[in-house]
Amino acid sequence: MIEFQNLYKAFDGKNVLQGLSLKVRDGETVVVIGYSGTGKSVALKHIVGLLHPDAGDVIVDGQAVGTLERDALTRVRQGIGYVFQFAALFDSMTVSENLALGLRRRGLGDDEIEDRIREALALVDLSGTGDSMPAELSGGMRKRVGIARAIALRPRYILYDEPTTGLDPVTSAVIDRLMVRTREHLGVTGVVVTHDMRSAYTVGDRIAMLYEGRIRQVGSVAEIQETEDPVVRQFIEGRAE
Amino acid sequence: MLRPYLFLHAAPLPFFTSCAPTVFGLLLLPVIEAIGRRSISAIEALGRFGHFLMDMVRGLRDVGIWARLVVVQMRRIGVDSLPVALFIAAFTGVVLALQASYTFTGAVPLYFVGTLVGKTMMLELGPVLTGLALAGRVGASMAAELGTMKVTEQVDALETLAYDPQSYLVVPRVLASTVMFPVIVAFAIAVGIVTGWLTSLALLDLSTSDFIKGLKLFYVFKDVWFGLLKSASFGLTIALVGCIVGLGTRGGAEGVGRSTTRTVVFSAILILVLDAFWAVILL
Ligand SMILES: Nc1ncnc2c1ncn2[C@@H]1O[C@H](COP(=O)(O)OP(=O)(O)OP(=O)(O)O)[C@@H](O)[C@H]1O
Ligand SMILES: [Mg+2]
Repeated sequence: MIEFQNLYKAFDGKNVLQGLSLKVRDGETVVVIGYSGTGKSVALKHIVGLLHPDAGDVIVDGQAVGTLERDALTRVRQGIGYVFQFAALFDSMTVSENLALGLRRRGLGDDEIEDRIREALALVDLSGTGDSMPAELSGGMRKRVGIARAIALRPRYILYDEPTTGLDPVTSAVIDRLMVRTREHLGVTGVVVTHDMRSAYTVGDRIAMLYEGRIRQVGSVAEIQETEDPVVRQFIEGRAE
Repeated sequence: MLRPYLFLHAAPLPFFTSCAPTVFGLLLLPVIEAIGRRSISAIEALGRFGHFLMDMVRGLRDVGIWARLVVVQMRRIGVDSLPVALFIAAFTGVVLALQASYTFTGAVPLYFVGTLVGKTMMLELGPVLTGLALAGRVGASMAAELGTMKVTEQVDALETLAYDPQSYLVVPRVLASTVMFPVIVAFAIAVGIVTGWLTSLALLDLSTSDFIKGLKLFYVFKDVWFGLLKSASFGLTIALVGCIVGLGTRGGAEGVGRSTTRTVVFSAILILVLDAFWAVILL
């Protein structure tokens, strides 16, 4: 279980998270929506200890991530796959090497690593690109490699930071289906940050809206679709006023 | 704005209040404030440096991660720097020989050209010129590479894959650079002496045996290890600065550019300071 407990974070005096609390239960996928710049990526980074909270903490499997020592933090990270908003592929390595790096760290053998790479690339519809360098790929392809890199680890948790932004509608649908399948087949617990409401409705068990540093509303897809909160309504309907 | 004043609280208050308030406020405070701000940021920087070193030492434990990468980095540093280092050394050797004979003007036996070329290359110009040139080559490329990785979140990605950036990025670079610098400098010294010798033969009427006689005259083994130890310390410094500045990069492509320049300037300054330090300590 991942639990944000009253998380606060500011950068250079600018308050970003201001008392964020949210529970993600085992096996479910929670979609986090919210305006650009409200701190969705910042929140995700706290789960894996890339950022340190000013106050509050994120609890993963009963451990407060912000207080963990180096080795304990490494163990927590080994259970989590992270899909970065801008893919964050290692640009000095081929696609296969990008995928292999994390697998090798988990002590898998060469054959197993090769199988997992092939399988993960097939899942994101990129079989045959294993030897390409990231710079040779389109933005959408890089994004999918980023997803494959996380899925190949078969982690217990996957954090997706805007997995479908910038993809064409069909590829988006493919990625949505992939996220649903990973949850169903592997029982992965997921946090998905997205602006894409169609994707949110497809993959989310629950949807939470981050607004002004805290959760404005959290509920099932149906609850969110029928919400009376004007802020949430405006966001999900995408109205300018 | 309050922070620079904080340290004033530690000082005996009566002393300050007894000063004429206007003089104090107008003249002294800004100065004290500036000094305070400078010292605070210097102390902060020192603290960050200490933290970085501690993390790096902790990163040394993951031998399995860095061992293979050290070799890769060593090869890269060698390939990147040898041409530059040898080019510089070759011309330095020529100039040293000519300047030596010009200075001696017949008053000093010509075979002292060998002495001067050898000593100067080994003790000073080999290590320092190579160090300064490689600060621009090796240090800058480390800062640019790590800076780019930082701003494109590749460093974050490494961490989420359970790699410690210290073990994976910093340790291999620092070790490789510390080990490779003396090797590169050794080649540079040799090349400088050889071009000095060839110049003496071709332009100075000096025979090979005389040049070697001069070379051996005041030679002690310390000349060699002193120069190589210095080189190792320069290699360590350049890699440390490149890694610290590179990993501290903020703000996109512009930030990467800033980090690169800063690395070259910092390491050049540190090399000159270290050079003087070793001369004072060991000579
Ligand atoms: N490392 C950092 N240093 C300083 N400020 C930061 C840092 N990371 C994020 N911020 C600031 O925090 C705020 C939230 O950023 P974040 O990336 O979390 O937004 P987001 O909700 O993910 O937006 P988007 O949907 O556009 O990705 C922004 O104003 C950003 O400038
Ligand atoms: Mg974001």
